[in-house]
Amino acid sequence: MDIHTDYLDKSFDSLQSLQQGNALHGWRKEGFEEFKKIGLPSLKNEEWKYTGISSLFAKDFTVPLAEIKIDESIINKSAIPGAIDFNHLVFINGKYSAQYSKVDTTDALVVCSLDEAVSGAYAEEVREYFGKSRLFIKDGIHALNTSFMDGSVFIKIKKGSREIKPLYFHHIFDTTQNHLLASPRSLVVVEEDAQIQIVESYHTEGAMDSFSNEVMEIVVKDNAHVDVYKIQNDGPNANHAGTAHIRQIGKCFVQTVTISLDGGMIRNNTDIIMEVAGNEAHMYGLYFLKGHTHVDNHTLVDNTKPHCFSNELFKGIMDDYSTGVFSGKIYVRPDAQKINAYQTNNNILLSDTASINTKPQLEIFADDVKCSHGCTVGRLDEEALYYLRARGIHKELAKAMLLKAFAEEVVMQIKIDSVKEYVEGLINARLQIEDI
Amino acid sequence: MLSIKNIHASIEEKQILKGLSLDVKPGEVHAIMGPNGSGKSTLASVLAGREQYEVTEGQIEFNGKDLLEFSTEERAKEGLFLAFQYPVEIPGVSTTNFIKAALNEKRKYQGLEPLDAASFLKLLKEKAALLELDKSLLSRSLNEGFSGGEKKRNEIFQMAVLDPKLTILDETDSGLDIDALRIVAKGVNTLRNEDHAIIVITHYQRLLNYLQPDFVHVLVDGRIVKSGGKELALELEAKGYDFIKEELKETVTA
Repeated sequence: MDIHTDYLDKSFDSLQSLQQGNALHGWRKEGFEEFKKIGLPSLKNEEWKYTGISSLFAKDFTVPLAEIKIDESIINKSAIPGAIDFNHLVFINGKYSAQYSKVDTTDALVVCSLDEAVSGAYAEEVREYFGKSRLFIKDGIHALNTSFMDGSVFIKIKKGSREIKPLYFHHIFDTTQNHLLASPRSLVVVEEDAQIQIVESYHTEGAMDSFSNEVMEIVVKDNAHVDVYKIQNDGPNANHAGTAHIRQIGKCFVQTVTISLDGGMIRNNTDIIMEVAGNEAHMYGLYFLKGHTHVDNHTLVDNTKPHCFSNELFKGIMDDYSTGVFSGKIYVRPDAQKINAYQTNNNILLSDTASINTKPQLEIFADDVKCSHGCTVGRLDEEALYYLRARGIHKELAKAMLLKAFAEEVVMQIKIDSVKEYVEGLINARLQIEDI
Repeated sequence: MLSIKNIHASIEEKQILKGLSLDVKPGEVHAIMGPNGSGKSTLASVLAGREQYEVTEGQIEFNGKDLLEFSTEERAKEGLFLAFQYPVEIPGVSTTNFIKAALNEKRKYQGLEPLDAASFLKLLKEKAALLELDKSLLSRSLNEGFSGGEKKRNEIFQMAVLDPKLTILDETDSGLDIDALRIVAKGVNTLRNEDHAIIVITHYQRLLNYLQPDFVHVLVDGRIVKSGGKELALELEAKGYDFIKEELKETVTA
């Protein structure tokens, strides 16, 4: 490996020796062995062709070992307004902090540390469900998350629970002293007939760089309903690689919305594994970028059984020097007949120096399926712009209205009003318009 | 109100208008007819200020101001309204929000406060009724999935709300069935008054039956070659444009 990563070895050794006897010790060891074997992904890796993440690691990232205190005002100011009243799970430097979190643990909802879960009442479930994302995402970044799991959480939404307030994963990274490598990790089990909404946001406090390397595994059982909303509006010094690996192990409904508005280098993996017949999933994404922000969305829909339905819509608006990547994989396995799988990726480039690489990949091994994909890359529609201007709407407002409308198709999929309004507010601010 | 003098205009180096002149006074209705490719829609685009069209010669005065100095949006705010031949579908922008933005831009330009919500809705309701426009269309995305007739009615509806001084109807009759044509014509006639001039660009006589223009002009090869009263439209309908072309040849050879 050309990139100097000795500090990762040292950090790993420190973490392991500090936590001798911890239940995650073995998994971390396996993770790090894998990482040592495969290393950081280079541009030669097809899955990382347009996202040069390795060079980020030339910086000496600090892996946080101890829990730290943080000023509560930082928690309040960085929260999505309104979301603080949800089940508020605060993660500081990648570690779940029970101290700052406010969770209604009732009979319906379990939130506890992963090591506690695996050594206690939930051992069987954790052992059954943990770590399956590794079988799909076989890269050093994922292995690195497993290597540095600490303060990871186990969440369970119990059978039939449909009234639980959304789970708000509020990530805060303190980079006032060092460059930070945070590794949030979670396992969420949604039982039969349960319903849950998960919201995530990310905030880096400090001028040094953060790299949040997150893995969230979600297991969804029969007749359950899961929404995952990921809102990214961190600073240009905030880098992120995140995987949401969602297994539909019962016949259920899943929806994800990934909104990326600001940040440094961002990679989002969204995997939906449809393991029983009749599953349904919707994936939406909006990346509205400026400056030098890079956002790479990788999606996977793996249809392993018949009669599944999936739809994905990712839309991008790129200005300045920003760059985007969309890579959408759809697998249809040999037994998975009568599949409907649709994929769309539309992009608007606002500057000559912005770019997008978009790549649909459909691998279909069944013969009775309906799959489609389409992508567009263009500029703002001149006809539409002229039409608005011919009604007296000045050019800048006309542009803003069209961009807002373009984004809205994704934003409207956010089913929590306070989160949707928050995102709309950010977009209005970017477009310098009042609500229209 | 509108004085077009010897206008020459081109798109992508192709000369389309070749010395067109036209005077329109407040309250008048002028019809401009002509064969395909004669420059009718170019005239509409030049008046509206579409950027791809380049005016190479001539002047256009609108209410004593140099129209060519204004941007597309400024012309609209000065009181010029172009009803599009092909209204653009704009997904995600509701008709109501679009008209609200347009109206408020115009009011701001005139130094007026934005219309309050209640007055705005009242205005919309009133004008929608005039055009027999289904209210559900107002909350839908602008023109998206509208039928041809709905799109054209929506244009006239916008005209009614924005209350322009000069309206250009660019082939508003194309693609309309008889009923839609009647509704559109009724809408236009209701909004006809001594301050509001209208230029009707059309291929056919049928809209003119309803609108009863004061003047009819024939545009051939970028110039107005013949002008007359409304009876000229009937003559054109009966004989086609060839008779004008024949007349022109005779003039040239004579």
